[in-house]
This record gives sequence, structure tokens and C-alpha cells, in this order.
Amino acid sequence: MAIPDNVETTFLLGRLNWDAIPREPIVLATFAVVLLGGLAMLALLTRYRLWGWLWREWFTSVDHKKIGIMYMVLGLVMFVRGFADAIMMRLQQVMAFNGSEGYLNAHHYDQIFTAHGVIMIFFVAMPFVTGLMNYIVPLQIGARDVSFPFLNNFSFWMTTGGAVIVMASLFLGEFAQTGWLAFPPLSGLSYSPWVGVDYYIWGLQVAGVGTTLSGINLLVTILKMRAPGMTMMRMPVFTWTSFCTNILIVASFPVLTATLVLLTLDRYLGTNFFTNDLGGNPMMYINLIWIWGHPEVYILILPLFGVYSEVTSTFSGKKLFGYTSMVYATICITVLSYLVWLHHFFTMGSGASVNSFFGITTMIISIPTGAKIFNWLFTMYQGRLRFELPMMWTIAFMLTFVVGGMTGVLLAVPPADFVLHNSLFLVAHFHNVIIGGVLFGIFAAINFWWPKAFGYKLDVFWGKVSFWFWVVGFWVAFMPLYILGLMGVTRRMRVFDDPGLQIWFAIAGFGAVLIALGIAAMFVQFGVSIMRRDQNRDLTGDPWDARSLEWATSSPPAPYNFAFTPVIHGLDAWAEMKAQNAARPDAPYLPIHMPKGTGAGVILAALSTICGLALVWYIWWLAALSFAALVVAAIAHTFNYDRDYHIPVDDIRRTEDDRARLLAQGA
Amino acid sequence: MTTSMKVFRYAIPVPVIAALSGCEAVVLSPAGDIAERQKDLLLAATGLMLIIIIPVMALVVFFAWKYRADRKATYQPEWAHSTKIELVIWAAPLMIIICLGALTWVGTHLLDPYRPLDRISKTAEIPPDHQPLEVQVVALDWKWLFIYPEQGVAAINELAIPANREVEFRLTSSSVMNAFYIPAMAGMIYAMPGMETKLHGVFNNPGSYQGLASHYSGWGFSGMRFKAHAVDEAGFQDWVADARAKGGDLTREEYLKLEVPSQNESPRTYASVDPELFNRAVNLCVEPGKMCMAEMMAIDDKGGLGLEGSINIQSLTHDKHARRGNTEPVLGVTPFAVSSICTPGDIALMLTDTDEKPERRSNPERMHGHALPVPTGVFGRMSSPAIRDASRSALPEPKL
Repeated sequence: MAIPDNVETTFLLGRLNWDAIPREPIVLATFAVVLLGGLAMLALLTRYRLWGWLWREWFTSVDHKKIGIMYMVLGLVMFVRGFADAIMMRLQQVMAFNGSEGYLNAHHYDQIFTAHGVIMIFFVAMPFVTGLMNYIVPLQIGARDVSFPFLNNFSFWMTTGGAVIVMASLFLGEFAQTGWLAFPPLSGLSYSPWVGVDYYIWGLQVAGVGTTLSGINLLVTILKMRAPGMTMMRMPVFTWTSFCTNILIVASFPVLTATLVLLTLDRYLGTNFFTNDLGGNPMMYINLIWIWGHPEVYILILPLFGVYSEVTSTFSGKKLFGYTSMVYATICITVLSYLVWLHHFFTMGSGASVNSFFGITTMIISIPTGAKIFNWLFTMYQGRLRFELPMMWTIAFMLTFVVGGMTGVLLAVPPADFVLHNSLFLVAHFHNVIIGGVLFGIFAAINFWWPKAFGYKLDVFWGKVSFWFWVVGFWVAFMPLYILGLMGVTRRMRVFDDPGLQIWFAIAGFGAVLIALGIAAMFVQFGVSIMRRDQNRDLTGDPWDARSLEWATSSPPAPYNFAFTPVIHGLDAWAEMKAQNAARPDAPYLPIHMPKGTGAGVILAALSTICGLALVWYIWWLAALSFAALVVAAIAHTFNYDRDYHIPVDDIRRTEDDRARLLAQGA
Repeated sequence: MTTSMKVFRYAIPVPVIAALSGCEAVVLSPAGDIAERQKDLLLAATGLMLIIIIPVMALVVFFAWKYRADRKATYQPEWAHSTKIELVIWAAPLMIIICLGALTWVGTHLLDPYRPLDRISKTAEIPPDHQPLEVQVVALDWKWLFIYPEQGVAAINELAIPANREVEFRLTSSSVMNAFYIPAMAGMIYAMPGMETKLHGVFNNPGSYQGLASHYSGWGFSGMRFKAHAVDEAGFQDWVADARAKGGDLTREEYLKLEVPSQNESPRTYASVDPELFNRAVNLCVEPGKMCMAEMMAIDDKGGLGLEGSINIQSLTHDKHARRGNTEPVLGVTPFAVSSICTPGDIALMLTDTDEKPERRSNPERMHGHALPVPTGVFGRMSSPAIRDASRSALPEPKL
């Protein structure tokens, strides 16, 4: 297979040489397609002279709304890559029966399942969640921007830099063949000698900086930037769940960083934290990584719980049932998420008392989660339900997620876990909660807030097509995996010997095809909606008759979000304003102080990415140089005093008058 | 939306029922008492949770239908709190979790893989003179080695077990983490290098069952399958006799050859096994000249060798370098070598299965090597290249 035996390292290129380019036809074809697509895109951008616009208006922007959208775009792009991995795995597992090796060799297949997990968690779910929080939170709390706008831009580019490193592994060298958490000793130098694990490490480290900083940023934003009158217990639920998520990010991502640093030391300096020898202990890594890893799943799901809350109360035309208990349920989950990590490895043999402790703490999490489901349920009770797309996704979520939650609690019973751990039942479980919980929530959120972000609604027909393909496809793809798990089939297998299993993999593969159609329909939905945007214009800024503050401003909001900082008198600020027929304040305008865009974030992240790639390939001079440049550029940025400006009153008046005209038109 | 609800209602149970009725679902129709009880717990937990899941799903569907905007049912936009309902929605899951928690606590302790069996099957108690069969399991790259210490035989990718006799598995791995899983018998447990885990199980129904590696361990992982044959006592004796007649000898040298990564190995047996082999595998000292972890721990127990001991690094190194591929860490120090320290007698004692500990030395001072001058090296006085080369050449070449 493709790993070179003895790599000569040269000063100039480290261990990078011609052998690093994969020779497998599948990879070459992908490479060609990506190359052509990329060139075509670059040509179009040049042809229509969009480079300057992209650079000025997007890449260097510190506007939280634009950064939020860029996060979503990153998530979508990486989602396509992650899904391509998924469909390749499904195809391999359908084919590899009756003595057939399938179409992927072990070296390739093992990279694919590792990359699928890494990409879907770190570069799909995380950007989606961060993007949503970035876009929505400042609007919901009546702020102009986040607390540290430059840091926000820098965080985004670091996340992108991590994604670039991971994507580079596709065409240069290899990715890790370790599973998405890179357990040692397999991920140690003895068993993964080439660049795969190094790509993993540096990709996650670069992106991890972005995630941690963005967590700090949003946490401070929520704590310090709320509009006057918005006490903690008047914050919209989405802001609450974002708040708890960012606490989790700030408290758990440093653990990941530290763990990966220790693994890096093992691989680069020959230390023995996680080796078999010399007192190293791989079990320590597994504990540490799951101490990050379990909070991570709540980092992903909590903001979406917030989305479902907003959507349910909006489309039920009602206040959210049990706001207070919803908040406390969120806090409970936040705290408990730190007390359950060991349930990921009951089978390591920790002993009955330890296992039952962690099993029971895990079950306890289902109590606040269950309370949340009931709260949504009773929000629907005696409401006026409008089945717009966001609400459809929410109903699908409730019906899907409870099943995933149930199988999750099953896996938390250690004796049951002893027969189901590492099986396809487990795989089905976490896809059930991540697709049924996180992704469905992302789709609900995209459909819900798209009009806010772009000023027009998404196409309903294609949205429904996408919805049905997704929901049906999900069940068809993952029910067979539950069944296979009960048949004792374990995960990450490349070939099978029992022909009786093939039919189930075929069904699962068919489900994946349905999901592919759902994804395609979603892109068609975006395309159609953009083309027909004039028919679906939202002039009011509040197309759904919603309740929280972001709907009080125009769609899309002006760069300054609110011409006047709103004053909050209760929960559901916007619903209250509507109920009281509060007049739009329109004078006297004052100049608005705004942060100014800067290219420093792009530059710093690009240097970090280069440094990461240089370290992967042992190109020491480049690593040292880019690191030095990174430090210099960071210091230079501190001397940039041209960081803010005032929006003049005339501009504000013009914008607000335009909006007043639109509102009058709409009415 | 009503059609959607119907789809949901039917889409969920149908495949589940299909699965439950299929006798292929080995987790739900196992062949051993432990797996049987694990299944019982699984079903009990499912049942307990369905008490709450089914009403929730039904209510979601019902409310979604009942309160559709066009049905103009009762509408109370301001209604957002009810202490009674809050009480119920927190208390109901709590009650279920209390029951489930109790079940979990008891079940986890009863079915702990380290715990010797308390019965052979639902109907059969443990006979008073019952001796569990001990099987030592080593996860190799990429095949399973089973050692039968009492019988003195071993097998690759094939396991024979007398039905209705308790089996005590002692597991380790030669290289990376793995998990040993016979779905029909007793769940899985990790096999980890340098460590020993245990699993107790029993087969009640004779037959051939699938066994596999359930924790990804590298390229050949998919091929790490074996058949576990549950046979009667006579059949087991035949199997052992057959192994004794046919196979070769599994010496330490043979093990080192076996340990080299290989894929899709067909089952085969060994007529005899080095009795120390498993303990050496656990202690990472099958290779001649390597210091056993037991020895290392005994030295550390006495206060260790201090900085001087760091020169002994090569003999502590099992697979740190050059195991599946190349390389020493690119920025690390090249290790240098000294041989083992304790006497062969000491090591043999440390590797025995008895609980008997090696006698403590009367002199509690730090131990110095039996055969060596005071070690020197980067941390102490510089050793001359001549000495270093001499001590390195005394060791066997590290194998690939």
C-alpha cells in the first residue's frame, strides 16, 4: 500500500517527496475534479472581478453576521466532503461480501472512516453551530456585534485553516487511519509512522484555537453585551443554550488541546505519555480525550435545543412552556456532561462500581433532556401550529431524537453496553442523535433564519422534497444499523464473511442514497430560492411572526443591527413590543461606533496553517519561519490603530428611512 | 402533515419487529448465560424507557395533528406555566431513571466481567468441584492467539470451549488496543498491551459462534475473526488431543515470528506452549534481553534506579520504534542500551501466577544492576562510545 517504507528527509522539503502523492485512481479522480472545479471557480471570480469584493466585504469583515454566514458556508462545503466519505463507506460495505474485498483497500478505507468522523464533528457540526451562534446571539441580545470582533474573524479563519490541513491530506500523503479520536498506541509513532496522525493533530490544533477563542468571545458577549433590561432570566432560550455551550467550549477544548499536545510530544520528541513502554499509559489518553469528547456532544446539541425552542414557540404562536425549567434543564445538562465520560469505555474493565456510577450519571442526563422534550410538547399544546419547514424539522427531530435518546440510555447500562459497544448499534445511536438532533436542528435553523440573513424566504417545495428525502433516508439508512448491531456486527469493518448481512447493508446504502437526494434537494432549494428571491421577499423583518429580538430589525439587518439599542422589559421582547404596538423609534439618530475590518485574521490563520503543514511534513525551516512570521504579524497587528469608524447619521437615517418605506409597503 | 405522521408511526416499529423476530440477531438470542442476562437487562431497560417514550411520541403526533392552525382548536397563547405539569414532566423520567439506576447498579455488579460466574445457567448451579477453564488471549496484529495453560496447547483464530463450563479469559495485546468479542457468549472486553483484563463467560448451547475483534486496530482488523466452538467435554478433549498431535511448538521465538503483522490467518493449533509466554506477553518481555514490566515495577517499588536508570532505556523498550513502519521520533534522543538487571530466577518468580511476591531485599538502598558498573550517560558522566557500542551490540537486533 501507499506508505513509503523509509522516507528520506531532506532539508528543503522534510519528508515530502513525489511518493507523497497518492496513486490510487479514486483519489486521483477526486483530485482532478476538485482541481478543475477549483480552477473554474477561481476563473469565474476573476472574470467577474469578485476578488476585491470577497476580500473587502467578507474575508476581512469583522461583522458577526458575515462571519456567521461564512461559518455556515464552511460547514456546508465540508459536509459535502464528509458525506462523500459516508457514501464511499456504505458502498464498500455493500460490496465486500462473499470473498470480495470491495473497492477500497484497508489503507484507503481506514482513512475514510477516520476522516468522516473528524470532518463531520470538527468541520461540519462545529462550524454550523458556531456560525448559528455567531449570527443569532448578538441580534437576540440587542448587541451591535460580539465583544471581540477581530477575534471572531480570526477564530473563523483558524477553523478554516484546520479544515484546509485536513483536506490537504487527501491529496498529499494520507490521513490518519485510527478512528476519529486517534487512540494510542495505534496513533503513536510505532503504529502510525507516516503523516496521517500528524495531519490529524495539526488540523485539530489549528481549528481548536479558533473554537476556543470563539467560545470565549461568545461567552463574554452574552455576559457583557446584553441590551439594557435583558437580565439572565429574560434571555431567549437560544441565547441561554449558546451560553451553556460556550461555557462547555471554554472548559473542555483546552483539554483536547493539551491531550493532543501530549500525543504530539510522543510522536515528535519521543516522550512516553501514551506509549506501551516506559510507563506510558494509553488509557490516560482515552480518559482525557473523552473528558473533552463527552462535553463536545453537548456543545453540538445544546444550541440546537435552543433552536427547537425558538421554532416551537414561534410556530405554535405561543410563549415557550416552562421557560425557567428549560433554563435549569440546560444548566443541569451542562454540569452533568462532565460526569459521564467513562461511559464511552465501560469495556475497558474499570470495575463494576465505577461503571455503574458513570452509567447512572449518564441516565440522569436523560431527565433534563426529557423535561425539555415535554416542554416543547406542552408548548405545542393549545397552540396554533403552522407547519412551515422549520416546524416540520422540529417535529421530525422530536420523533427521531427520542429514539436516539432511548438507545443512548440503553448503551449507558453497562451490561448492555458490553454487548453493544463498538457495534453498529452504537453507530446507529450516535447518528440518530447527531443527525436527528444536530443536523435536523441546523436545517430547521437555516430555514428559520435564512429570511433574516438574506431578506427572502427559502423555497418551500424543494425544502419539503429535501425534508422527506432526509427523514425517510435517515430511517432507512440507520435502522438496518441498529439491527446489524443486535446481530453482533461491529463498526469500522472493511470486509464481511456472513452473506446474511449483506441485505441490511444494501438497505442502509439505499438510505444513504435517499439522504444524498435530500442533500441535493437542499442545494436546489438554495439555488431556486436565490433565483426567485424577488417573489419571496420579506419586507417586514419578521416573516414568521416570531418572538425574539432579532426579528425586530430589518432582513437582512443593517451592519449596526439596531439603530437604537433596544430596552428589554420581559421575556420574548419582540412579541411584547408587537403586542404593545410599540412604535419604531426613528430619531434622533446618533453616529454609531463600529469595528473596522482587517486582514490580520486571514494572515495569522494562513501562517498558522502553513506552520501546521510544515510540522506535518517535518519541514523545520518553514515551520520556524512561519511561526516567527506569526508572532511578528500578531505583534504588528497590535500597532494597527485604524480599527474602528463611525457610521454617520445620514447613512443611518437613509437606511432606516428605506426600512420604514419597506414596512409601509408590506403593510 | 398527517401523512407524515403516519409514515413516522409505521416506519419506526416495523424494522424493529423484523429484527426482533429474526433469529439471526445473536445479541437477542445468545448461547451463554451471561449474554442471556445482558440481553434480559437490555430488554428490561428498553421496556422501562418505552413507558415514557411511547406516550411522548404519541403525544407529539397527537398535538401536531390536534393543534394545527387550520383546525382552530383551543388557543391559549399566554399559557406557559403549570406547576403540576412541570412536576410530572420532571418526576416521571426521574422515577423511570431511579428504577433503571437500581437495575443498572445490580446488573453491573452481577455481570461484571471480572466476577467469577455465580451460576452455569438459569437452571444449573455451579457444581462444588467446578474448575473454570482458563484461556489466555493475546490480540496480535491481526489474529487472535488462544493459550490453554492447563492443557498446554494453543490456537490461532480458533477457540474450543466445553459447553456448560465456566471459562476465565485473561486477555492482553501485543501491540495496540483491541477488544475481544463473542456476541453469543458474554459481551466484550478490551485487550490492551502491557495490561491484563479478564472476562468470565460460559456457553450453554453447543455450536459454532462468531468471535471477532471489535476495537479497530489497524489494516488487518476486519480479518481478525475466529470461530468459537462450544463442544461437550469429550469433544473438547478430542480437540486438545488433536492439537497436541498436529501442531508445532509455540516457543518465545515462534511467538516473535507470529507477532509480525499478518492478515486473514487461517485457524491452526500448537502442540505445546512456553508456560511463561502469556505472562511475558503481558509484561512486554517476550524478546530476549527486554526488561519485564514486572521487573521494572519491582525496581521502582524499591525506589527505582534514579537518573542512572535512564540509561537502561533500550531494555525497557518493547515496541516504541520500528514496529509497523519506520522510525524513531524525529526530534527525540536515540535510545541506548543496557541489558536486563534481575537474575533469571528473579524474573521467573515475578512472572509466575502465584501471588507470592519476590522477597524484599534486606538492603533497602537503591538497586544497582547485577552485571553492570554504575550506569553512565547523558545525565551522568559521559560514557565512552566504545562502551555504548559494546552494550548495544550485546542486544539482539530490534526486529521489524
